[in-house]
Amino acid sequence: MSLNAAPSFNRGTVSLGRAISTPAVGPLVVLLAFGAIFSLSTHTFLAVGNLSLVIQQSVIVGTLAIGQTMIILTGGIDLANGAVAVLGTIVAGRLVNDGHNPVLCLLFAIFLCTVVGLGAGLLVSRLMLPPFIVTLGLLGIVTAATRLIAQGGSFPVTDDLLGWTGNSFIVDGSGVTYGMLIMFGLYSLVWYLLTQTAWGRHVYAIGNNRLAARLVGIPVQNRLLSVYMFAAFLYGIGAWLALGRIPNADPNALQNANLDSITAVVIGGTSLFGGRGSIWGTLVGTLIVSVLRNGLTLSGFDPLWQDLVTGVLVISAVAVDQISRGKQR
Amino acid sequence: MSAHPENVTVPAKGEIVLEARNIVKRYGHVTALDGANLELRAGEVLAVIGDNGAGKSTMVKVLCGAVVPDEGQVLLDGVPVHFGSPLDPRKRGIETVYQDLAVAPALDIATNLFLGRELRCRGILGSWFRLLDKRKMKTEAQKEMAELKFHLPSIDSAVEDLSGGQRQGVAVARAAIFARRLVIMDEPTAALGVRESGEVLNLIRTIRDRGLPVLLISHNMPHVFELADRINIMRLGRRVALTTPQQHSMGEVVAIMTGAMPGNEQASGEDAA
Repeated sequence: MSLNAAPSFNRGTVSLGRAISTPAVGPLVVLLAFGAIFSLSTHTFLAVGNLSLVIQQSVIVGTLAIGQTMIILTGGIDLANGAVAVLGTIVAGRLVNDGHNPVLCLLFAIFLCTVVGLGAGLLVSRLMLPPFIVTLGLLGIVTAATRLIAQGGSFPVTDDLLGWTGNSFIVDGSGVTYGMLIMFGLYSLVWYLLTQTAWGRHVYAIGNNRLAARLVGIPVQNRLLSVYMFAAFLYGIGAWLALGRIPNADPNALQNANLDSITAVVIGGTSLFGGRGSIWGTLVGTLIVSVLRNGLTLSGFDPLWQDLVTGVLVISAVAVDQISRGKQR
Repeated sequence: MSAHPENVTVPAKGEIVLEARNIVKRYGHVTALDGANLELRAGEVLAVIGDNGAGKSTMVKVLCGAVVPDEGQVLLDGVPVHFGSPLDPRKRGIETVYQDLAVAPALDIATNLFLGRELRCRGILGSWFRLLDKRKMKTEAQKEMAELKFHLPSIDSAVEDLSGGQRQGVAVARAAIFARRLVIMDEPTAALGVRESGEVLNLIRTIRDRGLPVLLISHNMPHVFELADRINIMRLGRRVALTTPQQHSMGEVVAIMTGAMPGNEQASGEDAA
């Protein structure tokens, strides 16, 4: 191509934005379409209480999916995020049941999750192990450790602080939980970090072209380490949200959360190859799955249909990503 | 060792900016560099050429900090320097352009130009909130691209929407913007077609004319003869000749490169061996 062909490239005028924010538009259309369908097909979908429920049901996976998005943007994947969050709930639940200070227990649980992230980050960044293998191994290790700590039991949450995220206040008749606010706050925070700071650009660059990122002087190892640690910190917050949602720390909870969070990220338009996608897309992806489950239930479909439709969506989202990448070559 | 500038027959004008003296680098039994010399002078494009295995890529790696030599010295402005990592030369104003396009394709041009060196807002916004000054980066990028006379559709385009030549142009421009002393180009046109190469060659010429010396590593003879002020010919890990496109023809240069014809530094090299 020569210089005089330049004007034909004018379609790409949306800046970093094109890489980061536009992918959320497609998923948003899908979300609105599902919303419209269920609003017409059921009487109950649009009821204020129901929409609040839809969001409440997406709070845990939605928060885990934030960490998942950051890791996938670097070209990695996290299979252990649900397990790490459950570890957090069990540690906090058991320590509080043993009579320790709830604030310290919660902080310790979040800290412990972050330490697991430190381990994953070191293995991925320093030893260059594939994230899939590292987090698959961690999934087993963390799950086993959690059961050892739980000693076969579960821990009902009676403490106000641990359950606080499930408390709600009423706005226009619909309940808003503090957990929802925390989730939206975390999305905003991570949006800021990913799009408005150099750290975020480095995350995208690492997933986009790791060699180039290293050659331009980005401290790739440290960035990866920070991503895995920060993601695990968010899983710790996710543990707190989980205790608010279901006030019982159960070692068998959230077993599909890892795959559910990957589903949300992918439906949200983030590329599994890394370097492309947006955090808002993930929020929309999470809500799509939640709306779908809720809407199909209200419409009287067998729950099996939920998984079937979700599966179709995942494949469609990846196909769209693949095709759009193909066009750019 | 005697292969120093005084032996060189080519008239040299500018001050020596970057110099490599008697560089030796061995990999096990293989001697990649065997007392190699090189001088880059102010305001010139110095081409480093050689057959495969002549040691030119090891030489580049030494000069851009990717490889630490076993023996010998690198001098910047006459002062010995030690390059232990690729960040060291960069801190001293030396930028390197690599043959594989070192850009992040999904990110836009301005972002790529400032990648790893992002500008932050002034005041608390920048220091505490780490807020990027996107507007400033964009205007700076536009200004620099205009000064380099490198035509791009829009500074907001994703790099993957550009042609191969334009992409490499982004990488070259990045080096030109941040280099204060010199630019090293390692096979900058190797991945490009004929017309695309033309754009990049023009860009390299503009950089030289703005006063930055360029060290050009290439195996593409037409490109070397089009651009280079002087040609540093390497063979078997050392320099065998220093010439100009006017002194020797392309055929002669290739002959020296392959050993079919003696270079003007043959003696010193053979003696040491």
